[in-house]
Amino acid sequence: MALKLADYKTEVHNDWCPGCGDFGIVNALQMALAEMGIERDKATIFSGIGCSGKTSHFINTYGVHTLHGRVLTFAQGGKLANPEMTVVAVGGDGDGLGIGAGHFVAAGRRNIDMTYIIFDNGVYGLTKGQASPTLKLGEKTKSLPSPNTNYNVNPIGLAVASGFTFVARGYSYDVRHLKDLIIKAVRHKGLSFLDVLQPCPTYNDINTRDWYAGVDLAQESMERHSRIYKLEDMHFDPMVHYDDESEVNEKLSQALIKSLEWGQKIPIGVFYQNELISQYSTRLTDRIPNYLENPPAKQKISENGLPVTDVSEILDSLRI
Amino acid sequence: MSSVDFTWLIGGPQGSGVDSGANVFSKVCAQTGYQIFGKREFYSNIKGDHSYFVVRVSDKDIHSNVNDITLMASFDAETIFRHFNEVSKDGGIIYDSDLDKITTDEVHTLDTYFKERLHKELTFKNKPFTITGVLEIAKEKGVNLYPVSFREILSNLAEETENPKLKGLVRMFNVLAVSLSLGLIKMPLDPLLQSIDSIFSKKSQIAEINKQAANYAYDYAKSKFDNFQYSLTGTAKRPDTILVQGHFGTSIGKMVSGCRFQSYYPITPASDESVYLESHELLEIQNDRPGSTIVIQTEDEISAMGMMIGAALTGTRASTSTSGPGFALMTEALGWAGINEVPIVITLYQRSGPSTGLPTRHGQDDLLFAVHAGHGDFPKIVYASGDIEESFYDTGRCFNYADIYQIPVIHMMDKFLSSSVVTCKKFDPQKVSIDRGLLLDKIEGEYKRFAFTDDGISPRSRLGLDNGVFWNTGDESDEFGHITEDPQIRIKMMDKRMSRLDLVLSRIPDDEQVVSFGVSDYTIISWGSTKGPILDAISMLKKEGIDIGFIQIKLIHPFPSDYVSSLLKNTKTIIDIEANHSGQLGKIFKQNISREIDYFILKYTGRGMTSTEIYDSLKKIVENKANKREVLSHGA
Repeated sequence: MALKLADYKTEVHNDWCPGCGDFGIVNALQMALAEMGIERDKATIFSGIGCSGKTSHFINTYGVHTLHGRVLTFAQGGKLANPEMTVVAVGGDGDGLGIGAGHFVAAGRRNIDMTYIIFDNGVYGLTKGQASPTLKLGEKTKSLPSPNTNYNVNPIGLAVASGFTFVARGYSYDVRHLKDLIIKAVRHKGLSFLDVLQPCPTYNDINTRDWYAGVDLAQESMERHSRIYKLEDMHFDPMVHYDDESEVNEKLSQALIKSLEWGQKIPIGVFYQNELISQYSTRLTDRIPNYLENPPAKQKISENGLPVTDVSEILDSLRI
Repeated sequence: MSSVDFTWLIGGPQGSGVDSGANVFSKVCAQTGYQIFGKREFYSNIKGDHSYFVVRVSDKDIHSNVNDITLMASFDAETIFRHFNEVSKDGGIIYDSDLDKITTDEVHTLDTYFKERLHKELTFKNKPFTITGVLEIAKEKGVNLYPVSFREILSNLAEETENPKLKGLVRMFNVLAVSLSLGLIKMPLDPLLQSIDSIFSKKSQIAEINKQAANYAYDYAKSKFDNFQYSLTGTAKRPDTILVQGHFGTSIGKMVSGCRFQSYYPITPASDESVYLESHELLEIQNDRPGSTIVIQTEDEISAMGMMIGAALTGTRASTSTSGPGFALMTEALGWAGINEVPIVITLYQRSGPSTGLPTRHGQDDLLFAVHAGHGDFPKIVYASGDIEESFYDTGRCFNYADIYQIPVIHMMDKFLSSSVVTCKKFDPQKVSIDRGLLLDKIEGEYKRFAFTDDGISPRSRLGLDNGVFWNTGDESDEFGHITEDPQIRIKMMDKRMSRLDLVLSRIPDDEQVVSFGVSDYTIISWGSTKGPILDAISMLKKEGIDIGFIQIKLIHPFPSDYVSSLLKNTKTIIDIEANHSGQLGKIFKQNISREIDYFILKYTGRGMTSTEIYDSLKKIVENKANKREVLSHGA
């Protein structure tokens, strides 16, 4: 029986604020899972802490709501032990780029085949609106006592520099586009990263839905001048086509340059994709040929309550 | 025939082959039938600082080192300065005669504090601050001196073998020191040559040079020195004996127990285990395709913990191995594993804290920390092994406990164990059982991961299992695993989880919880690696007609109060022996049993306890001459 969108929804009450950008992301994620027809028990959503951390409870697949900043660690462990699972990790920008930044960089270096989605809103919502890593220097969102004293992290740039092999940005109010991006990210062979711009209607009074829509740029008229535009509409080619240093460098640098664009024009879409970098599982199978057929979660370790691992060779080598 | 109890020390700068020298010596002694207890001491340093290895050799069962060194093999000045006083009367010192005139100030790695103490002694005894000075003291005590010019040996050898490269080959000093020792004690030569062959099995040329040098030095000692009263000519080999290093118990134990995922961050002294697991990652499985252990070096201990939990959620037996500073970083996630009832095993190789403390030295400092690790109330097991052989079987137990009770297990090990090299009975995998508890293979119908059940344990699904969808959260949750703040569910969930502690105490057999080596008027309570020196000290006292009891507490949390109380009910004097400052087990004991500890024997120098020290303190206690706190300090 084909799975419908409704099958991916739980009955858990959603307590996000009215108008929260998170709704668009969870909807897009459910739509993507339904469209890909991934069985509910073959996918796990790992989530961090904060508003976005609750995501896993709203999706009717395996859901692991982890610790602040540590979502990637749990997710990678799960995926390594059971590589057949589809793994999507989600979390806020404070979670992933503040307290969890070390894990973000390390995950990029590994390139495990899974997807990481950051709900990027510039504030720590659930603790009442402190500045988060993506808030720009000098900006003062409404609950800050004084303007932000830190320079912002560039999520796309950091992902590209850390070795993520699929790097994209979505917008939570463009749900269809976001759904398509999620599908691309999940299907990508390697670690994919999605930075999703997600207005926090309660605490971020700068990067609001209206701001993204460019209402302030419309001047006298009510006509909208959206800041958001799609890279694909500009014929931007993010793909590394062949394994050559100059090709890779060109694609990396154009992604980095694009990631710096902000203010009047904000690109969304795929910034960078490289499937020529080996996945972590390939690096493992080089050493452990049957890793994917017989991963940790599948291995037989006992029979009738007794161990089946044969260590006699090791023990013999220690024998006197 | 009198029994053999011989202690050999080799020392030298880190990186000069002290370890490999000691390994050769241990192997030779083991191959000639002796029991071995060896232990390595080293600085937190890669090259140059002083390291040493003490190997005790006997034809009886031994479980510890003793204070007195029978033979010291040195090839540098620092070893002599630091250890000359430990050599027993009638013992011997093999040393490089070219070092005679070296002054303490010329040895830059001798620290000020040590030098001050040494200078005081030398001044008092009216000796110069030189090697000659300290050796005179040894000689006056009755120690035999065996001067050898290491350089001269190499030059002679170079001439004899027409191999000029040998001349000045300082790298060979360790082999010379070992071979001189073996010649002096009249050990058969063949095991030495075989041992060199096996170490350099891939470099036959180097093996050849080493064998020539070994042969020459062996003959040199045998022919030139004849006044040494100790000889080790071999004894009956015991069947099924293995020679193991400290981490082999837990690492081979993990393979056998079916641990298939280990994440770790490098830290002394825990990482040896992970590196060993990785170098043996391919596993042979009876009647099945090959298995493997996935070993992941993570970016930090927080990640090691997160990955392990993620892997454990898939039904994989997963583990990490760490030491105090790393474990400190893991505690937030430990609570997550606790509230989510995730079976994980943390192998905690303790060292001396606080903070970085004495990073390469021993300590049992983390017992209270392990028991209390993590915020909030959640059940966990803290289980301690007393020796390497035990740690193999205990590793299997820890995984079973984790699976059966669905709680995190902290397996306490330490640096004393990790840097020991001992002979023991071959590990028997068939004595390890594997019990996965209520782990499910198949699910039909509605499933609730945290279903309320009679005994508080819920059947466990795993990520990826058909129809087994569940949720986890670090928040309080309902039976499905969804967040709840309902006060009534909160009570039921807390009670459900915490009731495990009673289950653990009622279901784990008594002799897995506590090992009693007999109780008497005076009974020792202890835990972990103090077991060996305690057992040896007790048997020394027994020979003098003094009977001391000993109960080794293995399950420390939850604490088996009733059983321990019942064991100690006729004991008049309780002695707590631990390698920490505050007597941490004693605190737990008092808290649970409301009985005072009468004496503490404690050591927190970072060096392991010797049986001599424990013997001395116990004797003082029995003779009513001891302080309430006996603080031990032996060891350089």
